[in-house]
Amino acid sequence: MGERVGIVAVYQTKYEPRKIFDSYPELVFEVCHKVLEENGLTIEDMDQIITNSQDFWDGRTISNRTVSEACGSVLRSESKVAMDGSFAVFYAAIRILSGCYDSCLLVSHCKMSEGEPHLINNAMFDPLYQRIMGLDELSTCALQARRYMYKYGINEEQCAQVAVKNLGNGQKNPYVHRGKKVSVEEVMKSSMLADPIKELEAYPITDGACAMILANEEKARKWSSTPVWITGLASRLDAFYLGDRDLAEALSLRLAAQKAYQMAGITNPRKEIDLVELSDFYSYQELLWLEEMGFCPRGEAGKMLEKGTTQMSGELPVNPSGGILSGNPVTVAGAVRVAEAALQLMGKAGAHQIAGAKRALAQGHCGPCGQGQCVIILEKGA
Amino acid sequence: MARRSKRNVAIVATGQTDHRSRRPDVNIVEMINEAVRRCLSDAQMTMEEIDAVIIGNMEHFEGIFFTEMWAVDGSGAFLKHGMKITTGGTTGSSLALAGYYHVASGLFDTVMTIGWEKQSEGETTAGLIFQADPLWERATMSGAIGSFAASATAYMHKYGITEEQAAKVAVKNRKNAFNNPHAHLKMDLTVEQVLNSKMLAYPIKMLDMCPTSDGACAMIFASEEKAKKICQNPAWVIAGVTRHDQPFGGDLEMVMNLRTLRSATEEAYKIAGIKDPLRDLDVAELYEPCTFAELSWYEAAGFCGPGEGGKLIDSGATYLDGELPVNPSGGVLSTNCIGATAMIRVAEAAIQVMGKGGKRQVPNVKKALATGFGGSWWSDVVILSNTP
Amino acid sequence: MEKKNEELLVAEFNAQFTYDYSAGRYASYFFKQLKENKRIMGIKCPKCKRVFVPPRPACGYCYVKNEEWVDLGDEGLLWGYTIVQFPFLDPLTGEERPIPYGYGFIELSGAATRLQHFVTASDLRKLKIGLRMKAVFREERKGNLADILYFKAIE
Repeated sequence: MGERVGIVAVYQTKYEPRKIFDSYPELVFEVCHKVLEENGLTIEDMDQIITNSQDFWDGRTISNRTVSEACGSVLRSESKVAMDGSFAVFYAAIRILSGCYDSCLLVSHCKMSEGEPHLINNAMFDPLYQRIMGLDELSTCALQARRYMYKYGINEEQCAQVAVKNLGNGQKNPYVHRGKKVSVEEVMKSSMLADPIKELEAYPITDGACAMILANEEKARKWSSTPVWITGLASRLDAFYLGDRDLAEALSLRLAAQKAYQMAGITNPRKEIDLVELSDFYSYQELLWLEEMGFCPRGEAGKMLEKGTTQMSGELPVNPSGGILSGNPVTVAGAVRVAEAALQLMGKAGAHQIAGAKRALAQGHCGPCGQGQCVIILEKGA
Repeated sequence: MARRSKRNVAIVATGQTDHRSRRPDVNIVEMINEAVRRCLSDAQMTMEEIDAVIIGNMEHFEGIFFTEMWAVDGSGAFLKHGMKITTGGTTGSSLALAGYYHVASGLFDTVMTIGWEKQSEGETTAGLIFQADPLWERATMSGAIGSFAASATAYMHKYGITEEQAAKVAVKNRKNAFNNPHAHLKMDLTVEQVLNSKMLAYPIKMLDMCPTSDGACAMIFASEEKAKKICQNPAWVIAGVTRHDQPFGGDLEMVMNLRTLRSATEEAYKIAGIKDPLRDLDVAELYEPCTFAELSWYEAAGFCGPGEGGKLIDSGATYLDGELPVNPSGGVLSTNCIGATAMIRVAEAAIQVMGKGGKRQVPNVKKALATGFGGSWWSDVVILSNTP
Repeated sequence: MEKKNEELLVAEFNAQFTYDYSAGRYASYFFKQLKENKRIMGIKCPKCKRVFVPPRPACGYCYVKNEEWVDLGDEGLLWGYTIVQFPFLDPLTGEERPIPYGYGFIELSGAATRLQHFVTASDLRKLKIGLRMKAVFREERKGNLADILYFKAIE
């Protein structure tokens, strides 16, 4: 990839189960204002704003309408990406690479506590063949988990270990709300939501927002002593109908990762990437995504976890932030993956810092069973 | 501040369904596919040659949460990069700009953008309710018509714009629509008929308002190298500007003065080197949600001074045979499938530059203006040219 | 699934989406004042001094936090109005609003932005731009914008 886009700064709210005092404008203003203020920048420095939210979660059509003053887009350029936050970062980078804009303020917001998740997620399915079955995100991911485990010999204990690791990591992240020490047994015994997914293996209802400043190379160097470069970015959409896919395969992720690696000049991701922030809405997903991104052969992600490779002290830390399992809202989750990976490379991850991290991968997904996948490779600024 | 892209990008093909009030013969994905096929046919390309698909609509109107995912079979996005952008009325133009930025980034050579709406399948009332802010607008909700009407009276009061002048917009645009095979409403009206049509909210009458249509529109954006191979006369994007604004009607002057359009066109004209829009532009596709709006948008777009919109239409300058034909396609007054409407403006402007306008072709189009409107009185402005 | 003429099938989907919208600190204060004290409050930008109603956390012009509350009184000028003949659904009652009714934008004294609400006069035909209007409150108020019944022309 010739030109590069830099991430200059990030700011996150505390992610909480119910941020009852915050309306959307208040939430958005907090992160946008702070990310500028803390980095000595003003809204005038921003050529454009990209907002990221979903109308169905906000219960508002044109969900970016009420946050315009809060994100600084009054009489400025703004557009909204209505997908997982990783796609919003993708689009912000595209708009800078176009040359039309030098900089971008990106803000992602969601309050899962305000709507009814099962109903909202049921609406992602097609009204002709699927909705009537009451499918929602949880039930379909449970189907995927079962299929993946069957085809590739992953077992429930390995999935539970993902939860143990990530919730454990979450203890060191001041922004998340469900970081805690749990045992495999406790996870296995937590209430069954949709077989085989148990309560501690599913992400909790969470509210929050995340903001980021991106810029072209010239501005990024001017504004930050620790810019983080986007050196690879790719996304792919798989088929929609679950029966058109083998749910044990994540073809769109495989292709997106391959493309992102190619752009970043990576031939051996396991060796060349120092840490991964992936989207673990459900524990099985971490294992499936790691395999499809080529970090280990198919069926081996559970073993890799058991060996300790993906622990914070291991060769390839995965989700040192605690992941989505520790509490990130849907939509914002993908932006947080990029933000957390960037913080690591900036050396600003505090208690959950991975020492010496130079190259990170952030992954987000959107749509039924990870239909749409986005992979972003980040490198520490030189 | 926006500027011209680093790489040249052109629109090389478009496709639209024939817009109608209801399309019970197709489901949403099939309707999208119709526009996609027509667009590929216009380009003489196959889906394999498209690198990415960007799609959008106004989600609450049909009650489908992840249309970009559902539509994959019909939109052609399978195993490609895909995105969904939903910004209300400006969705179509936001999508078009996204197509432009994607190709300009250098990471994609050909990008298809698709805007669509099948409002007949949704519950309009529910859609309207969700559009109104729950704290500040739902208690008094009177639709878009309420805000258009309440600010149209302010516009008339301040500048002496008349209902007759507004009615001329409906007569002009719906007559222009006869030349457009895709347009929904094609009507041969008189000013009297418009004035006598059912009053919805003073001064807005039935024939002053845009319809709701089922339809889809697709466009292909291409890099310079590809554009020259695909199309004889590509429509080069020489400026793209967006402006958003404060959230509530009461924060703004609305129909009386669309300041986002004023600000966006000023910047776009600067980027495109346009000094006198009435003279330098050859055709304009303005997003006019109602008749009074078109008059006011003439002013905001710099075709005439403040308050002179009525005089401009009286002069004939914006008719097909005038100095700057506005909405030769029939405009939004003839076709309004919300997620597509703003894209149709860009597509129709591109059609004019590409010389593919058939019966609605304005002669010798070198520069065309397309605007998108929606959201909270937001504006998108795109300027196309026959040279990069 | 229903069978309709010409064998075109229609799949129905009927769902009640409910939301618990957080009003936030600013709106909560506004509605409390409206309900308890029949006061319409605006919020002032510390930099440009514009007073905004409805209140909001940030000034869109200066991009700073709004902090100071201002009592805007209950009178203002009619900036623009319409008489609605189309029976929109009232989301609060689920019933169609009785038509005709007046709807418009009121410039409360001291506010930089206008409040949109129902407007009326002894006769709707008397409504015109520039009239002085006064808020009429409901007896029983719940802490939402419907606590104001309408703005009525002072005649």
